[in-house]
Amino acid sequence: MSFSIGGASGGLGPRQAIESFGESVDGRPFDPRIVSRLMGYLVPYRLHMAASVALMLLSAALTLMAPYIIKVAIDENIATGDTTGLLRSGALLTVVLVLVCACSAVQHYLLSWVGQRVLADLRSLLVHHLQELSLGYHDTHIVGVTLSRVIHDVSVINELLSQGLVTLLGDSAMLIGTIAVMLSMSPRLALLTFCVLPLMALATLVFARRAQVAFRYTRVRIAAVVGDLAENLSGMRVIQAFAQENASRERFEEVNRENRDALIGALSLSYAFLPAVELLGMAATCVVLWFGGQAVLRGELTLGVVVAFLAYVSRFFDPIRELSQVYATMQAAMAGGERVLHLLDWKPDVVDAADAEQMPAIEGRIELRNVSFAYRDGPPVLQGVDLIIDPGQTVALVGPTGAGKTTIANLIARLYEPTDGAVLIDGHDVRSVTQRSLRRQIGLVPQEPFLFTGTVADNVRFGHPDASDEEVVAATRLANAHDFVSALPQGYNTRVLEGSANLSLGQRQLLCIARAVLADPRVLILDEATSSVDTVTESLIQAALRNLLHDRTAVVIAHRLSTVLHADQICVVHQGRIVERGRHEELMALGGLYRQLCSQQLLESESAP
Amino acid sequence: MVDEASAARLRESASTRSLLRSLTYLRPYRRQVVGACLALVATNVIAILAPQFIRWIVDRGIGQKDQHLLGLSVLSLIMVAFLKGVLTFAHGHWMEVASQSVAYDLRNALHRQLSTLSFSYHDRAETGEILSRAIEDVDRIRFVTGRAFLRLIDGGLLVLGTTAVLIWMNPSLALLSLCVVPLLGWRALYFGRRLRPLSLAIQAQLAVLTTRLEQNLRGARIVKAFAQEMREAERFERENECWFALSERSVRLNAVNGPLLDWIASMGAVFVIVFGGYLVIHDRLTLGELVAFSTYLSQLIQPVRRLGMIVPALALASASGQRVFEILDTVSDVSEAPDARHLPRIEGQVRFEHVSFAYFGRMRVLEDVSFEARPGQVVALLGATGSGKSTVINLIPRFYDPTAGRILIDGQDIRGVSLSTLRDQIGIVLQETVLFASTVRENIAFGRPGASQQEIEAAAVAAQAAEFIREMPDGYDTRVGERGVTLSGGQRQRLAIARALLKDPRILILDDATSSVDSDTEHLIQIALQRLMQGRTSFVIAQRLSTLRTADCILLLERGRLVACGTHNELIRTSGSYAELYTRQLRPEVPGPGVSGRAAGTTGEDGQEE
Repeated sequence: MSFSIGGASGGLGPRQAIESFGESVDGRPFDPRIVSRLMGYLVPYRLHMAASVALMLLSAALTLMAPYIIKVAIDENIATGDTTGLLRSGALLTVVLVLVCACSAVQHYLLSWVGQRVLADLRSLLVHHLQELSLGYHDTHIVGVTLSRVIHDVSVINELLSQGLVTLLGDSAMLIGTIAVMLSMSPRLALLTFCVLPLMALATLVFARRAQVAFRYTRVRIAAVVGDLAENLSGMRVIQAFAQENASRERFEEVNRENRDALIGALSLSYAFLPAVELLGMAATCVVLWFGGQAVLRGELTLGVVVAFLAYVSRFFDPIRELSQVYATMQAAMAGGERVLHLLDWKPDVVDAADAEQMPAIEGRIELRNVSFAYRDGPPVLQGVDLIIDPGQTVALVGPTGAGKTTIANLIARLYEPTDGAVLIDGHDVRSVTQRSLRRQIGLVPQEPFLFTGTVADNVRFGHPDASDEEVVAATRLANAHDFVSALPQGYNTRVLEGSANLSLGQRQLLCIARAVLADPRVLILDEATSSVDTVTESLIQAALRNLLHDRTAVVIAHRLSTVLHADQICVVHQGRIVERGRHEELMALGGLYRQLCSQQLLESESAP
Repeated sequence: MVDEASAARLRESASTRSLLRSLTYLRPYRRQVVGACLALVATNVIAILAPQFIRWIVDRGIGQKDQHLLGLSVLSLIMVAFLKGVLTFAHGHWMEVASQSVAYDLRNALHRQLSTLSFSYHDRAETGEILSRAIEDVDRIRFVTGRAFLRLIDGGLLVLGTTAVLIWMNPSLALLSLCVVPLLGWRALYFGRRLRPLSLAIQAQLAVLTTRLEQNLRGARIVKAFAQEMREAERFERENECWFALSERSVRLNAVNGPLLDWIASMGAVFVIVFGGYLVIHDRLTLGELVAFSTYLSQLIQPVRRLGMIVPALALASASGQRVFEILDTVSDVSEAPDARHLPRIEGQVRFEHVSFAYFGRMRVLEDVSFEARPGQVVALLGATGSGKSTVINLIPRFYDPTAGRILIDGQDIRGVSLSTLRDQIGIVLQETVLFASTVRENIAFGRPGASQQEIEAAAVAAQAAEFIREMPDGYDTRVGERGVTLSGGQRQRLAIARALLKDPRILILDDATSSVDSDTEHLIQIALQRLMQGRTSFVIAQRLSTLRTADCILLLERGRLVACGTHNELIRTSGSYAELYTRQLRPEVPGPGVSGRAAGTTGEDGQEE
């Protein structure tokens, strides 16, 4: 029932992330709504695109000319023994081929350039959008999934926009051109050759259907392999501790085998399809040879026409084969496009008002006025909370897990907005000022001590990038982290590894405190900031913080009562309400929930000698 | 310069070695490989002979007006084409079976290796890195042992065969038309060489982008709280532009070289038409031969181009091979002695004799620690963060081996007994609880997969977990972990206690920290832990006073050294550091008078509950 923010995304790992993008490659092959919106991203590059299409048509036309020139060379030059004519044809062919090379080089460059540019643009757009989305989005979405939107889905769209559409256009043009040329050279032979087409269409259709199913299945299977392996890796200590290596190995071998078999099945399908297309191509060649040959025998056709037809037939089937691949790309791109657009359409819950002002330097008076809050469609977390914190005061929030303490802290920093009521700082409604000017003056030490990969110094400097080395050291000293940081192999330049694996939970918390201290906030929020630090260190930090907090407002959330004893005001939060408030002695005297919490925790230590 | 050259040679030989080693994984599937190769040779023979048929048809059938021959050859052509199709499928399928099986074997081998590597490996390894090796790198190796392998043979055979036939048909025309082939090969190779470092750089930059964004998303709360959105977006944009610049270079390279290769290839056809046509005019060549010639040439172009493209793939695969084999070749710090004995059911006596330990051979964590725990005793470990408490408990189940000294259980050096019989008798409950994505039942029975429902329920009851499990939607069949019900920290901890209880270990290792749960839950966990410790030798990382007061022995650690050892009452008198720690850390500042009276009263209640 915990609403902790880190936990919502942190608890879900690679398995879910991968499966949820693996299973949904199931869109319609063509959705005009999505395509037209995606095409919108091509608009800035319309000149590039137009030039590219023109060049493509040009190079298609030139490519089609080549077999015709060869036909002329055979029928008119070689057959008649015209050596100069032959040389002329050869020169012409060379020129045409050079032009084809030049056209397609420029066309490829333009097209791929636009593709990569759009890719970069989309990624940048998505990242900017993600920065604006409020925590409501980040709580409910798994990091891996969002990541795959920006990295994976976007590149699929690129494939569609640049390669897919142009292949579609180019191949269709090529196909129509080929048909036209063949019909003009010999309508009868052309029509006979086209008899193979329906068979080809049928084969492609059957294959595309089955391949789609088979390849979708392989994606699910590889996701299972990744998921199982990822889980085993994160649970490796438990597996070894319980001596369950064999059981986990057997499980892995099974998902691994399923993946292998699925892949063999799917790929064998394409090994069957390609020879089938080739066979049909050969059948068309046979048709040309048989009927064309007989026509030559009867003197109705020249040999050159037959040779040219043979060349056209081979050009005829390549586009068809490629079009069947474009179909698969299209389908993946539609699904990817839909997901990316969905993300772009996601509206942030917290936005700066149109007339938002800069928050002036904060004095530190915080007021919650009849605040209620519920997470997206969830049950109410806070109900009618009233709270006034005077400048320079330290307020402690205590209460059972899930009572709503973290939510109160989040509302003060406007990481969420109350569903009802208002949060005021120095009399300004936090909704009336810009988020940036507000949060720059609030320091937060979160429940989950998150550090970025990068050096220790980078992390401490996070909220105040221009801080000098001396300031970094001073903040770190204050958080009692200087000793252990100095003992690290590279001191402040030690890199924090992925998942902060090279630092203990307590050390991470200390660095988070240093980070908040360096940002020099007017309001400091400590959410279980020292829960994993040993009590000696904790008391040292508290002493240091007391100096720091002298003229600043602080909100402290804690389970350890030793942490909250000195607070100016203690609020007991229970089921979304503040049920008791006052100083420690007052609440003890009251004999309510606070006293009960205290006695549970203090009973053993108090009776010590 | 010399050093650079020899280093390059060394790299070269290492990458060749890793490629060859990848190929050895095909050995169990040699039947498929041989079958695929035979089918490949057959398809190549057909590919080389088919143009001869067409030549026949043109020269004899059409040229000499032999309708019978025309029919016959067309019929044979289609039959041969069918045969070729079947053979193409056969070699594709067999090779796929072989190479997918190589990937399967490699992944199994990786999994097996990872589960035998000790904690010191997993401490340093990054999950994402291992995953990418097991998935992507293995896939690249699969490509080399499958399609690339086949294409190499295919291309080689076709080039040799076609060249032979062309020379046989007309040596001078053959030489003229084939002069483009070396040019094509050289250009393709050059292209591959230039493209390879670029593709690697693009991949690396994409990984940078991914990491940057992943960090940004994981730390979304921090980014927002410190108002650093703009700076984060700008940093991403910089990396993104860097990626685009690299991509643009690769786009240019591709755009120029692809059409250029096509052009070189088609120039061969131009030579054939012009020079061949000249020969036909002078009756030194038939028209059919000319047609056959151009057919051969067009057949040759694709494989040669593809050979050029395979070179970068080979380079990638050899790098992948090195990464995969690096894991497979890692020697575990902790391994079973060849003559490891079966450890019978232990009494529970644990002895440390002058044990020292250093992580990665450098950072000294423990120095000369000696102590003894008698069967059934509760040993509390006390010390500041980083004093070596966790190392002591990690050494007992041999998650690491000491760098000096030895550990004895019931008088036997634990390095002499089999790992599974040792770890089977040790139960561990730590603060950060790992549950697996399966049902509650399977998680509790993790250490004893055959346990009955009664046993599982009994363990859950003893661990104070039965109540919340009953309230879950499917009771013991509720899925937890990823994709399942989200459990609170306290609930996870109680499941872990149940899991350890069911195993009925002789030695117990636990962390009694419950800092992240509320007091009610903490109380429940305390009761469960007390039950778990009964009758077993227990090692507890102490966070609370009650543990210290009831412990049979307290080990006080300071910077890796054992500075004091004894019961609470002894230490409070004899050890200055303990007394200091006790007054500063454990005894809370005396709050208002209201507490003491009440607290004294509740101690009694607590005592009854225990």
